[in-house]
Amino acid sequence: MGQSLWFASRGTGLVTALLLTATTVLGAIHAGRVTSARWPRFTLHAVHRNLSLLTLVFLAVHVASAIIDPYAGIAWLDVVVPFVSTYHPFWLGMGAVAFDLILAVVVTSLLRRRIGLWWWRAVHLSAYALWPVAMLHGVGIGGADTRLGWVLALYLACAAAVLVAVVRRLLVRDPDRDARRRAWTS
Amino acid sequence: MSRTPLRLRVEPITCHAHGICRELLPELIRLDEWGYPVLDDHPVPAALLAPARVAVRSCPSLALRLDRMA
Ligand code: HEM
Ligand code: HEM
Repeated sequence: MGQSLWFASRGTGLVTALLLTATTVLGAIHAGRVTSARWPRFTLHAVHRNLSLLTLVFLAVHVASAIIDPYAGIAWLDVVVPFVSTYHPFWLGMGAVAFDLILAVVVTSLLRRRIGLWWWRAVHLSAYALWPVAMLHGVGIGGADTRLGWVLALYLACAAAVLVAVVRRLLVRDPDRDARRRAWTS
Repeated sequence: MSRTPLRLRVEPITCHAHGICRELLPELIRLDEWGYPVLDDHPVPAALLAPARVAVRSCPSLALRLDRMA
């Protein structure tokens, strides 16, 4: 099989990073209440959810191919327990943290009605930590790949997209937020 | 399944006026001038039960419910 598994792992790693970025951006846009006739809110919601599930699929292939490939000697345990691997313990550990967080975010979302809004939100907001941790993993472990022009451009584009979405989300106003603020301060 | 009539209710405290329910179910939901849903007390017609369930599931703040009518 040669190096094909290793390449598969790297390729799916980059795709996972891209999908995770898109999911995070859509989540922030959703919470920031962008609407337009062509993108009604419920489509945004559905795309956000479905993209997150697609992210999981690519993540699964990314992880499985990295482990099945014998070169780096990564164990299944390294996927969920951070910082215990022999191969790049720190950068791979960041990947494991990202893996645990993404599972928590998705599982709590699928059980949203069961666990109640407060818990869902508390876990869901960890997405804002999940994203940088996952990206750091990719940048750090990518080694020579990260210095390729197009890979670097991809990371920068992802970072710019998340930054814009988050700033927008923090600045946006809507009638409900205004009403709640008034109720708080009066 | 029994055919108890169901009706839509909104929890005013948790509702954050996202307006998604209105997009999904314009037949039964209208919004007031601040964007909060206004519901009537009628049972949800059988033909609209499926979209009503979708609206309930899609509420970002879990404020919309389908309740059995007393
Ligand atoms: C990879 C997994 C996911 C990530 C990284 C993610 C990320 C995010 C982010 C960053 C936000 C914005 C939160 C805020 O600023 O208040 C958000 C909002 C939201 N997410 Fe996700 N999400 C994921 C999966 C899901 C899934 C599976 C669902 C399924 C129901 C979901 C439903 C929602 C909803 C309803 C909101 C909007 C909350 C609001 O508008 O108040 N998410 N998500
Ligand atoms: C959301 C979670 C994750 C994302 C977004 C992600 C993304 C990435 C990216 C972008 C790369 C670099 C590819 C390249 O530049 O060639 C990479 C490499 C890698 N990732 Fe992940 N990853 C995640 C989770 C994990 C997990 C849980 C593991 C655990 C097994 C893992 C193992 C690896 C390995 C072994 C490499 C290749 C290192 C090398 O080629 O030297 N990743 N990942």
